[in-house]
Amino acid sequence: MANDIQDKRRVDEATNTEFVGHEWDGIEELDTPMPRWWLWTFYLTIAWSLAYVIAYPAWPLLEKGTEGVLGWTSRGQLAEQMSAAEMARADVRAQIAATPLERLPEDSALLAQAVAGGRAAFLVNCVQCHGSGAAGSQELGYPNLNDDDWLWGGDIRAIEYTLTHGIRQQDHPETRQSQMPAFAGILTPPQVGAVVDHVLSLSGQAQPNAEGAALFAQNCSLCHGPAGQGDRTYGAPNLADAIWLRGSTRAAITSQILAPRMGMMPKWEGRLDPVTIRMLAAYVHSLGGGEDFVEVAADPEVAVDEQP
Amino acid sequence: MNSPNHLYEAVKTVHNKRIDGRFRRFKWLMMIVTLAIYYVTPWLRWDRGPYAPDQAVLVDMANRRFYMFGIEIWPHEFYFVAGLLIMAGIGLFLITSAVGRAWCGYACPQTVWTDLFQHVDRLIDGDRNARIRLEAAPWTWSKVLRRGVKWTIYLAIAFATGGAWILYFADAPTLFAEFFALDAAPIAYATVAVLTLTTFTLGGFMREQVCIYMCPWPRIQSAMMDEKSLTVTYKDWRGEPRGSVKKAQKDPEAFGDCIDCLQCVAVCPTGIDIREGPQIGCITCALCIDACDKVMADIGRPRGLIDYATLEDCAAEAAGKAPKPIWKTLLRPRTVAYTLIWGSIGMALLFALGTRTHTDLTVSADRNPPFMLMSDGSIRNSYTLRLRNMESRPRDMEVAIAGLPGGVFWTDTIGQNEAAASQTFTVPADATLPVRAYVAAPPGAAATEITFTLTSQDEQREQDVVEAGFTTPGEQ
Repeated sequence: MANDIQDKRRVDEATNTEFVGHEWDGIEELDTPMPRWWLWTFYLTIAWSLAYVIAYPAWPLLEKGTEGVLGWTSRGQLAEQMSAAEMARADVRAQIAATPLERLPEDSALLAQAVAGGRAAFLVNCVQCHGSGAAGSQELGYPNLNDDDWLWGGDIRAIEYTLTHGIRQQDHPETRQSQMPAFAGILTPPQVGAVVDHVLSLSGQAQPNAEGAALFAQNCSLCHGPAGQGDRTYGAPNLADAIWLRGSTRAAITSQILAPRMGMMPKWEGRLDPVTIRMLAAYVHSLGGGEDFVEVAADPEVAVDEQP
Repeated sequence: MNSPNHLYEAVKTVHNKRIDGRFRRFKWLMMIVTLAIYYVTPWLRWDRGPYAPDQAVLVDMANRRFYMFGIEIWPHEFYFVAGLLIMAGIGLFLITSAVGRAWCGYACPQTVWTDLFQHVDRLIDGDRNARIRLEAAPWTWSKVLRRGVKWTIYLAIAFATGGAWILYFADAPTLFAEFFALDAAPIAYATVAVLTLTTFTLGGFMREQVCIYMCPWPRIQSAMMDEKSLTVTYKDWRGEPRGSVKKAQKDPEAFGDCIDCLQCVAVCPTGIDIREGPQIGCITCALCIDACDKVMADIGRPRGLIDYATLEDCAAEAAGKAPKPIWKTLLRPRTVAYTLIWGSIGMALLFALGTRTHTDLTVSADRNPPFMLMSDGSIRNSYTLRLRNMESRPRDMEVAIAGLPGGVFWTDTIGQNEAAASQTFTVPADATLPVRAYVAAPPGAAATEITFTLTSQDEQREQDVVEAGFTTPGEQ
């Protein structure tokens, strides 16, 4: 056989070079040698890759992969980088911990650090409900954190309190707690319709309705206020503004009166460290709707400091 | 050529012979000019005042600035660099279509450094014959010593090459001192090490192998050249059949001008035989023309047996017609078109350079969320503005919005209670000030296009107008 192959070798007469035996449309390939340095470079890359396989964790086995001889792992490298980053941040974190939250804006560099750290924590812990831009979802009832409508207060302390204690967390005695009663069976359908009319009229979306106003004063004003302006003490939404957590259609409002849905938020105390929670508060506050602490506190109508 | 019994070819060292002539002198000139530009440029100073570095040509990676004499390029003006690169590319096409691989022969760094290393060979080991003998000779102490000295000089040249490169990226005198005091950044040493190693191997040992096997340009050039491009050619109708001087003297009718002296092969830095026709290994350095002209002069025949000629001229000459005059060869639609393209890009760049201002505003609208409904029914959009002050002094700049009836804006540092249709910012010298702007429109706003106008609050009153979208709930 070997001879047969030998016999098939043909040499190009013009260049005295062997053909490799391939032919495309009458064009034949000559066996032109690579320079030796080129070949050696190629061999070197193979040797290099073998060295890699030996030196580093590379080969998956049934139980565990090969571990390499250098003791290097990407997990170990990550852990190192994480602890180095932690070390690098320690100073800033200590400063944030030592600065009263409402005084943070006075140090713009520190505030910027806090906002950046808060954004990072937000993207890990909060985007699942509030969205990556913190715009929430009207459909699912997650509040938009960019606007200026706050159920429980929008100054930086109130935000921190909400973050720490969560909303409607049964296992936390100091959580934000409120409940709207279901009016199914209490109000008749025409009465509900009248209340919906009145609620819509509060923000100028419908004509005033006297029956609805009376029913509202009787049943709703205790929490939502006589003019429907809401009460942050109970987390009762403002019904007289343009922002509707679950929509302002008649159907949405009717459903909310008959069988209200109320959101929950995890408490982050114990899950995130206090400094991260502070940074989150700074970030949420910085989104554009955050309220000034001093001004709000000076307003007797909305006493933020006396949270439950 | 290659024996069919050997699968892989060993590199044959090219020992090119020393030659003098007009092209060699041009090559010397090009080598001196290009090396001088390379080594001297980082040391040129240019006074830019207290806020900017005083180096004439500086690529300041850390501060993201590119300085070239009186021109300062910011990252957002990178199109100047892109334009220069396109000009370099088209310039290469122009040169190639006009005079063939002149870039390869005279100006390519690989050629220049290889040439330099070959002169080192000649200096240490002697000319061609001595070098061939030395290579064949056994490893005696004297050969080891010669090789040691030669490679040390190679290394010194390679080190100077790598060392000069980093001087373009930092203040040259400072970095130079730091480098030898072992105070420079690790990246500086790494860069110098890599460039020293590559110059040492590519210039000292691989030489023509780089041109033939590694460089993509010779492969592209065959598409850039045509039968009207000047290239180094052997005029076989004049040279063939070859014969020795004696034979040719006996029977002048039977032999051409080529006396097969092989001088053209001996002087070739890539080791080719030009008489085999145009080929990929030819870098058109024209040293073979110098060698052949000298031989022709010695045996009393006219010069130009090997010469710069177009393939079209060769055909014409072979048929006994006169070749085209040189200006016709150089001035033809293709080269004119390349020149026009090249020139218009250059003019466009110069125009952009002349009309650019030292202020700049960029506006990017937040898209997550695209708009915000506020409790009073007003609509808020957020934007990130970047105010650039490209002068070496702090300046006040006013940003005003227009196109949004009743629209006002505030920022993360200017409170909502100070919202207005225009705000003034102080931008530090040579800096970009990022500003997060909240633009609010009264309830029911319908505008979708607003403009931000930046005006510098100084005697120049430079302006930059940027259009941006304003998103309202109705569009959703």
